[in-house]
Amino acid sequence: MSQPTATVQHEAQQEAERLLDIAGLSKSFGTVRANRDISLHVRRGEIVALLGENGAGKSTLVKQIFGLVKPDGGTITIKGDASPVKDPRDAIRRGIGMVHQHFQLVPVMTVAENMVLGHETTSRGVLDIEGARKLVRELSAKHGLKVDPDAEVEDLPVGTQQRVEILKALSRRVDLLILDEPTAVLTPQETDELLSVMKELAAGGTSIVFITHKLREVLAAADRVYVLRQGAVVGEVATADTDARGLATMMVGRDVVLRVDKDEATPGDEVLSIKDLVVLDDRNLRAVDGFSLDVRAGEIVGVAGVEGNGQRELVEAIAGMRPPQSGRIDLLGKDITKANPHDTHVAGVGHIPEDRERHGLVASYSLADNLVLNRFSEKPFANGFVRDFDEVRKNAESLFQEFDIRAAGVTAMAGSLSGGNKQKVVVAREMSFGPKLLMAAQPTRGVDVGSIEFIHRRIVAARDEGAAVLLVSAELDEVLSLADRIAVIHGGKVVAEMPGSDADRTEIGRLMAGDH
Amino acid sequence: MADPRDEPSGADHGAVTTQPTTEATPPPVVPERGAPPPPTGVLGLLVREQSIIVPLVAVVAALAIGAVLIRAQGVNPTFAYETLFKYSFLTADGLQGTFEKMVPLILCGLAVVIPLRVGLFNIGAQGQLMAGAIAAAATAHAVREAPGVVVAIVAMVAGILAGAMWASIAGALKATRGVHEVISTIMLNSIAAGLIDYLVNGPLKDPSSAYPASFPAPEASRFVPLGVVPIGLPIALVLALAVAWMLRRTTLGFQFETIGRNRHAASYAGIKLSGMIVLAMAIAGGLAGLAGSVEYLGIDPYRYQDGIAGSLGFDGITIALLARSSPLGTIPAALLVGALRAGSSNLMFNTGIQPEIVDMLLAITLLLVSLPIIAKLIFRRHTAKSSALATSWGS
Repeated sequence: MSQPTATVQHEAQQEAERLLDIAGLSKSFGTVRANRDISLHVRRGEIVALLGENGAGKSTLVKQIFGLVKPDGGTITIKGDASPVKDPRDAIRRGIGMVHQHFQLVPVMTVAENMVLGHETTSRGVLDIEGARKLVRELSAKHGLKVDPDAEVEDLPVGTQQRVEILKALSRRVDLLILDEPTAVLTPQETDELLSVMKELAAGGTSIVFITHKLREVLAAADRVYVLRQGAVVGEVATADTDARGLATMMVGRDVVLRVDKDEATPGDEVLSIKDLVVLDDRNLRAVDGFSLDVRAGEIVGVAGVEGNGQRELVEAIAGMRPPQSGRIDLLGKDITKANPHDTHVAGVGHIPEDRERHGLVASYSLADNLVLNRFSEKPFANGFVRDFDEVRKNAESLFQEFDIRAAGVTAMAGSLSGGNKQKVVVAREMSFGPKLLMAAQPTRGVDVGSIEFIHRRIVAARDEGAAVLLVSAELDEVLSLADRIAVIHGGKVVAEMPGSDADRTEIGRLMAGDH
Repeated sequence: MADPRDEPSGADHGAVTTQPTTEATPPPVVPERGAPPPPTGVLGLLVREQSIIVPLVAVVAALAIGAVLIRAQGVNPTFAYETLFKYSFLTADGLQGTFEKMVPLILCGLAVVIPLRVGLFNIGAQGQLMAGAIAAAATAHAVREAPGVVVAIVAMVAGILAGAMWASIAGALKATRGVHEVISTIMLNSIAAGLIDYLVNGPLKDPSSAYPASFPAPEASRFVPLGVVPIGLPIALVLALAVAWMLRRTTLGFQFETIGRNRHAASYAGIKLSGMIVLAMAIAGGLAGLAGSVEYLGIDPYRYQDGIAGSLGFDGITIALLARSSPLGTIPAALLVGALRAGSSNLMFNTGIQPEIVDMLLAITLLLVSLPIIAKLIFRRHTAKSSALATSWGS
């Protein structure tokens, strides 16, 4: 950028009103510091993106702006008024509107009925539905968002339902519109439409804060972006001054370069072979789209990529949790394309799932039970039909030692552990049966530094014992420090493969951003 | 570029700014626990024993509210309760009546408990019991020439299978089409009632009976009580123990529990959800169906006729919730409900209070025990999330 332009912009920005000003905002949930000393501001008519991984604290941040969560410290100043936001009603009164990730619409009601829900106008006790229809048509025309007031919400496509949500927010004089992951449920076409709507709204003077972890959307729509990591703002930049690569580095880069001591890999026979795999996501789009990759015994293959490029669906397909559309997966020469999770486990796949709370653990079970969650019916943990609690306990006690799990005891409930110890339980379980293929998806997400290093060492140890390791991580540094070979995934397929030793992070960042 | 003053503190002033290394390092997480320490003292005792305390409080409160209603009818509540329970527990006829009621109540309670553990709410014990009773009646009539023991066994097996099949329909609809089991079991109750109405008016009608009723159970196959203890009672008690053992100690129970507590993790762990859901419903239906055939073989008039099923299946819901979805808990719960039901006619005879007072008492108890808000009010945040299991409707 040239200096004069920047100065002009600078002065123009100075003049623009500061609609929202946040200083030193902090929020903790138990021992998790969801937001740490966050400061940011939003000017009138500006689109600001909050970019960050899952769990970076984006949602917590906007929930505090909207009065859904009370901050522990710091101030939120809305149009010069620094009094605390009491509740969503107070936020709405002060000109804040929010569209939640999960829509708050009544499916069996019409658009017009949904629009006035909660603040209906009545004439002689009867709902003024004609007025509601008129309101929808007016707002629709004013903002260029086409919707039929008489359509029932459940019949509308997701993108249109979102429009109804946006119109609903706009129906109450809104200065700042918050969109929580607005594109998560949209198709690419609907996403493009939404981005242009956002720009039109901003041109009309409405400020917008939107949450995303997709770089393309940030660059396409936002004026400025704040990057959050582990609850703190780690960077702020005007989109004009950056590119996808720069954002990717800020988002996934870990400042502490975690060095992992490991010897040269000695790859053996091919363990996992994936050919032309196609897997659909929950919206029936091709998330994995012609993915091919081989992993050999004794090597760690790292799949690097920006989240949402098919990694989750890939891992679920290999684990047998999501049937592939086409293509083939072989494990040690055996076709496991159509296997279920039990079959893949028996075949020798150890799977550290991306979402340990949802898939990896049963929070209300003891650690001992969680440590045999997928082996409860195998010897020695069961004799035929009957479980052997002695063996379950012995297994837990030895894994406790080996994996340095810190908890009150093997009978402690899994839900009572810290994130790092929960993850160690999952890692211990998936490594303890001697897997032929260890599949680790985001193995250190939301985990403290000590546990990260421990888990990294164990992954290398598994490799050295001869397991094939498939590491899927959005943390580029994790892939760089662990992987013997790196496959970059973008748009559901491998766009480049390279040895881990001479991988260049700038180059990988460029490939991750889809620039190839 | 943005105005430096606008930037968050600690950031560099580059096009791409990052905070210094030290600031970005996450704080060391306290390694041991995220949950508050378990409470001690009296509160600790309450929390630990809440599976007993909540139903006790509910029953006592219901009896207290019932006392007000009895008083309003001009009867001394102490006298009324004394009359009721003295008859149910301290007279031979009354005790036998209590035990006779307990049998189907325990079995129907178990038929609700098992699906609850899997995260399903079986409202269909009533229909499953009726299906079991009519199947018992049909098969007993078909093999009526055989020795009594054979007839009884055939009738019980048929009752179990019919109940299991009836419940499996709801299980299969849930597993394959996602039909909510509350809806489907309620509908299956009505369908069972309609079908049976047709059968006892048509193919299975005993021509010698003045009103619609099935053929009676052959004399030799009828259960003869051992003193005041009906034969069904030891069967029900053994099954309650067996279900407790199954849930606690077997791999099947572990699979049921895992699905109920976290079905995503269950599916990740290789548990076949659809099969298990159908199986859990089938076992539940089998127990309710057995209750139906035991009623048919063990209770006068030894035939299927209108009203024979009463509200036993629905009482099973009360029992399961009162037992906090514990299989062994169904025994004391059934004892209480059985005593109330057995004593209600005597209550009317002696005090003139309508027997419906018992329905009201049970309804109030159910309302109180199923209100998780009570537990929350008493135990606040110490209430473990898993205790919501009993009121979960699955998904």
